[in-house]
Amino acid sequence: MAEQQVHMRLWRGDAKGGEFRDYRIAVGEGMVVLDVVHAIQAQQANDLAVRWNCKAGKCGSCSAEVNGKPRLMCMTRMNTFQPGETITISPMRAFPIIRDLVTDVSFNFQKAKEIPAFKPKPKEADGTRRMFQEDIDRVQEFHKCIECFLCQNVCHVIRDHDDNKPAFAGPRFFVRLASLEMHPLDSNDRMELIKQKAGLGYCNITKCCTEVCPEHIHITDNAIIPLKERVVDRYYDPVARLLGLFSTKNK
Amino acid sequence: MAEEKYETHEYDVIVIGAGGAGLRAAVEASAQGVKTALVCKSLLGKAHTVMAEGGIAAAMGNVYPEDNWKVHFRDTMRGGKLLNNWRMAQIHAQESPDRVLELEEWGALFDRTKDGLILQRDFGGHRYARLAHVGDRTGLEMIRTLQQHAVHKGIDVYMECNVQRLLTDAGRIAGAFGYWRESGKFILFKCKAVVLATGGGGKAWKVTSNSWEYTGDGVTLAADVGADLMDMEFMQFHPTGMVWPPSVRGILVTEGVRGDGGTLKNTKGERFMFNYIPEFFKAETAETEKEADAWYEDKKNRRTPDLLPRDEVARAINSEVKAGRGTEHGGVFLDIASRRPADYIQRRLPSMYHQFKELADVDITKDAMEVGPTCHYAMGGVRVDADTTAATVPGLFAAGEVAAGLHGANRLGGNSLSDLLVFGQRAGLYAAEYCKSLKGSLTVNNDQVNAFAREMLAPFESKGNENPYTIHADLQECMQDLVGIIRVESELKKALEIIQQLKQRTRNLKIEGNRQYNPGWHLALDLHSLLGFSEAATLAAIERKESRGGHTRDDYPNTDAKFAKVNVVVRKKNGQFALSQEPLPDMPDELKALLEEKK
Repeated sequence: MAEQQVHMRLWRGDAKGGEFRDYRIAVGEGMVVLDVVHAIQAQQANDLAVRWNCKAGKCGSCSAEVNGKPRLMCMTRMNTFQPGETITISPMRAFPIIRDLVTDVSFNFQKAKEIPAFKPKPKEADGTRRMFQEDIDRVQEFHKCIECFLCQNVCHVIRDHDDNKPAFAGPRFFVRLASLEMHPLDSNDRMELIKQKAGLGYCNITKCCTEVCPEHIHITDNAIIPLKERVVDRYYDPVARLLGLFSTKNK
Repeated sequence: MAEEKYETHEYDVIVIGAGGAGLRAAVEASAQGVKTALVCKSLLGKAHTVMAEGGIAAAMGNVYPEDNWKVHFRDTMRGGKLLNNWRMAQIHAQESPDRVLELEEWGALFDRTKDGLILQRDFGGHRYARLAHVGDRTGLEMIRTLQQHAVHKGIDVYMECNVQRLLTDAGRIAGAFGYWRESGKFILFKCKAVVLATGGGGKAWKVTSNSWEYTGDGVTLAADVGADLMDMEFMQFHPTGMVWPPSVRGILVTEGVRGDGGTLKNTKGERFMFNYIPEFFKAETAETEKEADAWYEDKKNRRTPDLLPRDEVARAINSEVKAGRGTEHGGVFLDIASRRPADYIQRRLPSMYHQFKELADVDITKDAMEVGPTCHYAMGGVRVDADTTAATVPGLFAAGEVAAGLHGANRLGGNSLSDLLVFGQRAGLYAAEYCKSLKGSLTVNNDQVNAFAREMLAPFESKGNENPYTIHADLQECMQDLVGIIRVESELKKALEIIQQLKQRTRNLKIEGNRQYNPGWHLALDLHSLLGFSEAATLAAIERKESRGGHTRDDYPNTDAKFAKVNVVVRKKNGQFALSQEPLPDMPDELKALLEEKK
């Protein structure tokens, strides 16, 4: 790909309001959207606000909506667009704007605080903790989460419904909850939280979160649905409820 | 300028930086019962630790029972060309297994052995498979585990908050002053102790694996209050960064690729590392491809030269490319495709697979990667006491990459994550102890605070026309070309001149926009630390007239026995850096004996 000019439209503004502004800039071989945003920042708009860190899809900082699609800017190659196509970048919509492409994602850090901590079982008699790879594979999938919050951004429960936020943890934290619930060493019980405060019942498994996950975590199938099944088993299954009278923990 | 009323907070300990070292320090200080805050430039969980790939070096002996701290100590010292602080290397080797197991107590899930224990992988310079890991995303597991643990312990976190100056009272730490990135407003911390956990300054180089945060903040904060810096001449150029396409140049390719069987080849298809085995490592390095390949399965064979310490491999790649045996993009090949099955590669190296597929259209299970050296890690930094991590200014502590000593002239892969945990914990512990034993009260000098505030706002008021991004790019060009892998006095001196010119230019910056989340202004402020870091590194590089580890001089190509006995120390006096050579601490005989054991 020879160097060529592209037409970018970036949202500029703050909480009070803003607009899309047009930029034309040269693009070199192999560039990703974040490179182009950086070039605009260095050459044309020094104060353009954007978050980034690793530029390799590992930190989850540069989330935005590229032509309406929630993406990591660092993992979106420029050669995936048609020649001459205008590329529009806007900040994530589910979170309040701070400035330009930077949003206030503190909602997520608040939700993280509300999840009861990992609480390990006692060690084995020889002082070790033995776990087998096949028993942790599914949890390791959840640990791949880079907290880009794109799943939170597309979740229709909160995307256009700020009022649902207090009662809904969102896909990122269902993944976190699933990782704790399925951790072979954990002994904490979070089922009440999952059912009530985290609002798992709001999710009607449209899989939008799974589609946008840059780590390809099967959020719906492997985290949310099994959690829903556990809630059903605990609270709504008549046999389990009967048995539940005789056991203290259902895990 | 109208006086601004600063948002002010009081703590015992302020930890600056929220990577592995900062998080571990904050957890420890808080557990010791002192009032602790964690201050970081990015959002929590985004610090550079998240990018660490290969693993945490710890002699747990899960794969090779014959491994123990003594072997790890020896490997670390030899990898560092014996310039390491022996006591730090000893503490590190002894304590890292406990620190890894502690992460497991906090929820981390490392890959497992068949017996259900933590699996350990091979890495450069380590005699045994020693790195606890999670595929090739170990740093993510580590930072997330620490982050969640810190959050559940209720530690106050100031995110996207950038500390620019430290405050002292009668030579002791009394506070820290910075700004909120979101609002641009100033924030003042009054405190008894500061733990620096800010990482290195690799963003001063052009081809780098480091993120925007790596601007040498801790080194400059420390130097500005008179603390000693040490070993600043030693920069690690990781041998394998991506080289193509240009936009990804420098992004790290984990040493785990070689640890898991990958090999370096030139364009003639030769495994050229066999031609670059230095005398120092001859006894422990395989001489034939057959022996090298057998080493992966059986450690009675000698180690493949593909896994020589990073400084050796980076220089070898540099030489191959210079000799015309490199790729058209200036790299060499790293081939695991022809040596391991596709499903093994995908399981062991998922993020490398993803990274090359997405960014370079290369399927690493089918084709070789193109790689070349990338600026990666500062061995040098703030001079600290080995046991307590205390800097030479009372109340100041440093842990992780920002601190000097553990790695000597060259760091082994995997020894960084363990460094963060071991010395992060110690920094938190001893900072807390310092606070508890501190007598008398500390006062923050308001005039000084106001002066700092004026300095930080000066770029908005300058009449100049300099673009901060251009100055940064010019600095990166300078450091890349003149203070790179291979150095020579004339070029180092030229670099110093350029750094002085760049400093002058920072007085004429032009800042667009206002103080609210303004990256142009943030970079303008970070130039102060980038330039400070670069100047100290260049001065130290001129002073060390020999080649050793991450410091190679074309004009002094050999090691020099005289320089084997000294650290180069840099400190600021009256605003100027001054240099001295100071003797290494004496190593006890029983540790010396460990180094002399063959193989």
